[in-house]
Amino acid sequence: MSTVATQERQSYLDAPYGLASWLLTKDHKRIAMLYLISITLFFAVGGMFAAGIRMELLTPQGDLWTSDMYNKLFTLHGVVMIFFFLIPSIPATLGNFLLPIMIGAKDLAFPRINLLSWYIYVLGATITLAAVFNGGLDTGWTFYTPYSSVASNTSVSTAAIGVFVTGFSSILTGLNFIVTVHRMRAPGMTWFRMPLFVWAQYATSLVMILGTPVVAITVLLVFAERALHLGFFDPTRGGDPVLFQHLFWFYSHPAVYIMILPGMGVMSELVAAVSRKQVFGYGFVAFSSLAIAILGFLVWGHHLFVSSQSIYAGLVFSIITMLVAVPSAVKTFNWTATMFKGSVTWESPTFWVIGFMGLFTIGGLTGLFLATMGLDIHLTDSYFVVAHFHYIMVGGAIMAYMGGLHFWWPKMTGKMYSESGAKASAILVFLGFNLTFFPQFILGYMGMPRRYHAYPPEWQVLNVASTLGASVLAVGYLLPAFYFTWSLVKGAAAPANPWGAKGLEWTVPSPPPTFNFDEDPIVNEPAYNYKPAREVHVA
Amino acid sequence: MSEHVITPVRTYVATFVALLILTAVTYLVATQDFGWLNTPIALAVAFTKATLVVVYFMGLRYNTNLTKTVAIGGFFWLTILFGITMSDYLTRAWIGVPGR
Amino acid sequence: MPNFTNSRASTSLGAGGDLESQKTMAASHASSAGLSAHGHADHNPNLQHHFYSMDQQLEASTLGMWVFLVTEIMFFGGMFMVYILYRHLYPEAWVLGSNHLNVSLGALNTGVLICSSLTMVLAVRAAQTSSRSGQILHLILTMALGSVFLVVKYFEYAQKFEHHLVPGPHFDMSLPQANQQQLFFSIYFMMTGIHALHMIVGLGLMMTILVMAWRGKFSATYYTPVEVSGLYWHFVDIVWIFLFPLLYLLGAHLGAHGG
Repeated sequence: MSTVATQERQSYLDAPYGLASWLLTKDHKRIAMLYLISITLFFAVGGMFAAGIRMELLTPQGDLWTSDMYNKLFTLHGVVMIFFFLIPSIPATLGNFLLPIMIGAKDLAFPRINLLSWYIYVLGATITLAAVFNGGLDTGWTFYTPYSSVASNTSVSTAAIGVFVTGFSSILTGLNFIVTVHRMRAPGMTWFRMPLFVWAQYATSLVMILGTPVVAITVLLVFAERALHLGFFDPTRGGDPVLFQHLFWFYSHPAVYIMILPGMGVMSELVAAVSRKQVFGYGFVAFSSLAIAILGFLVWGHHLFVSSQSIYAGLVFSIITMLVAVPSAVKTFNWTATMFKGSVTWESPTFWVIGFMGLFTIGGLTGLFLATMGLDIHLTDSYFVVAHFHYIMVGGAIMAYMGGLHFWWPKMTGKMYSESGAKASAILVFLGFNLTFFPQFILGYMGMPRRYHAYPPEWQVLNVASTLGASVLAVGYLLPAFYFTWSLVKGAAAPANPWGAKGLEWTVPSPPPTFNFDEDPIVNEPAYNYKPAREVHVA
Repeated sequence: MSEHVITPVRTYVATFVALLILTAVTYLVATQDFGWLNTPIALAVAFTKATLVVVYFMGLRYNTNLTKTVAIGGFFWLTILFGITMSDYLTRAWIGVPGR
Repeated sequence: MPNFTNSRASTSLGAGGDLESQKTMAASHASSAGLSAHGHADHNPNLQHHFYSMDQQLEASTLGMWVFLVTEIMFFGGMFMVYILYRHLYPEAWVLGSNHLNVSLGALNTGVLICSSLTMVLAVRAAQTSSRSGQILHLILTMALGSVFLVVKYFEYAQKFEHHLVPGPHFDMSLPQANQQQLFFSIYFMMTGIHALHMIVGLGLMMTILVMAWRGKFSATYYTPVEVSGLYWHFVDIVWIFLFPLLYLLGAHLGAHGG
């Protein structure tokens, strides 16, 4: 079924009108836009903290900030970027907007809970900002005890509550997605006809549901230790700091899969669209999302290799960590195979796709270095780790987010953005990113510790290169602010399917009407059915 | 669908009585010294009571297989947290410190 | 290239799958016994627009509550993990700490909660059988029993304060293995405190349901909120079913139980 956008039809943006209608909306698309604004704001905040870090590291001496201030900068950079940008980013914006449409539903299963999740996010963010302005936070985003629970003089309690509250936003989103995918697919939309983006969101939601509550109780325990003098992790009172690490990383390792899986889902969509080809090995890619989600819960001990954790347990964690790389590799191979002999065009989403595939591969491979216990002893807490996770989270997740944002921008806003601006942004981000973070692999290998603001002078050149790269990266990220805003004001009206892509979202107008579909869709073709001449074989 | 099954009151009352009896059992067993068995017995009774609540009061037996999987999956996931964390503490003594 | 065609058409993960119960353009069938299977023709005012049948709405709501309960399992599970580790490390202190707890009050509270679960499930049943008075009676009873639980808890906590068993600057450090007992009490207060908070939320939930029941909102054709609230209430009961033996009964065979 296809409907050409008619100018008379009201889209979800127009009807109803007014601020109250937005703040009290139950429309998943509007909630996605609310999230988009919030997380963009926090991306900027996190970026400013990063700027503070990189400026300090231009010189070997710790001369720009005091040590205490520097501790706060890298802590807040991590907390803001992870909890307030990366974890919600794709699920709460693209996921919220697209998931119901992709499966042919009118909305998510629980629209009011969806809105509640945004308000919870805002509340948690406000509390955390209160902590930022009221003493800051200097424990590292990892909140390790007993420093965080006993010794630190910063606003740990407030920040802990802020993170605690925000976790529920994640939980409610995941809950909504799980129930929606199970119970609200359109007739004919079987599991194996669903877009891979939906599979990825589903797997992400499993992680959100099973992991987030554990970090919630963990930060609450830190709060209780600090504010209520209960003892849990204080060694002077019989507590075990390593227990905190177990509880913390039980969530925080799967959390990195919350951050990357949706990006992989985006990648599957974009790769198929820019190659105009069925995703190679659809079943493998679908199941690899589930495999990553499940295996990801079994590897958290690789963050505890040097913590006095049992070496025996460490060996097991090491092996399973190697295994968890396999499904990620499966996806990467399958995307490559999809592009092979596909009809690839150089549109802006293609740039983000290529960037992701290269950078995620590097990030993933360097993870294997860290998974090897013997190597990790030397590389842990060095810049090698910093480079590794930035390659995945920025080179991977953020590139995928940007790619998805561009790809679906016409659908979400009904406007076309500037292709040349977008390509420039992608190139600047790619170049700036590599210049920022590749030197950090070398620095880590040479022994530069993370979270230090002073270093031996012989490492200055690499640090300067890194800061230079960060400046280029910043410009690359700023450009979309301009051309996206410009597109809203002056952009050409977007057709229903500007990319010629397959998927239910491209069958509705750009932007879609409030209830997505005029008639309930009935699905009778596989996903990514890019060869219209091929007969659909009825078994 | 399955939700239209209306359980008779006597089933609920029977479950209630069973729960009270099991509570008494757990208390009485705890007052006796069975050595290391006290804990497993207490846990077994607690699991039985929990199962009664889940199956009869919460009506899980009438829910879809999906709902049942979700419920069991949640409890199962806890065993991952408990088991793997304790495997660290319980195996620390197995391998000595290198060099000694 | 894999060929995903209609051979998969009847496959969907999870029973009660959408395909069989989905409205198609023509078909309607017995899966929604007793209710209209044509979504658009379903005039129940409680049917939300994005669902096409009351059955789908009830199923989705039940599934959603169970998913939420899984998050609660993991949430309390974190605290159980702390309990497990420290009991493993400090078994004697755990028994000593447990002996300070009032087993009688704990057992009473266990009985109270079990009763409240019965009254709760009878309230749901009353809604299923369209009995407004039954709903109101049993919801009030449930809330009363829940309140009794909280009052008993208050008295228990007050006793702990009096006996200097609250961790922090006033904890009685002259106790044997004082630090480890302090750890026990930290976990005791955290677990029972969070449990009590959940009870309070449950009471709020029940009050809301009671008001809606009073206004006659629930009947055999629509009782989803009562059922779903019941699930929450039973879960809080289940947590206590584990807390009671693990916290209160460790030293019971040693004969000593104090207040």
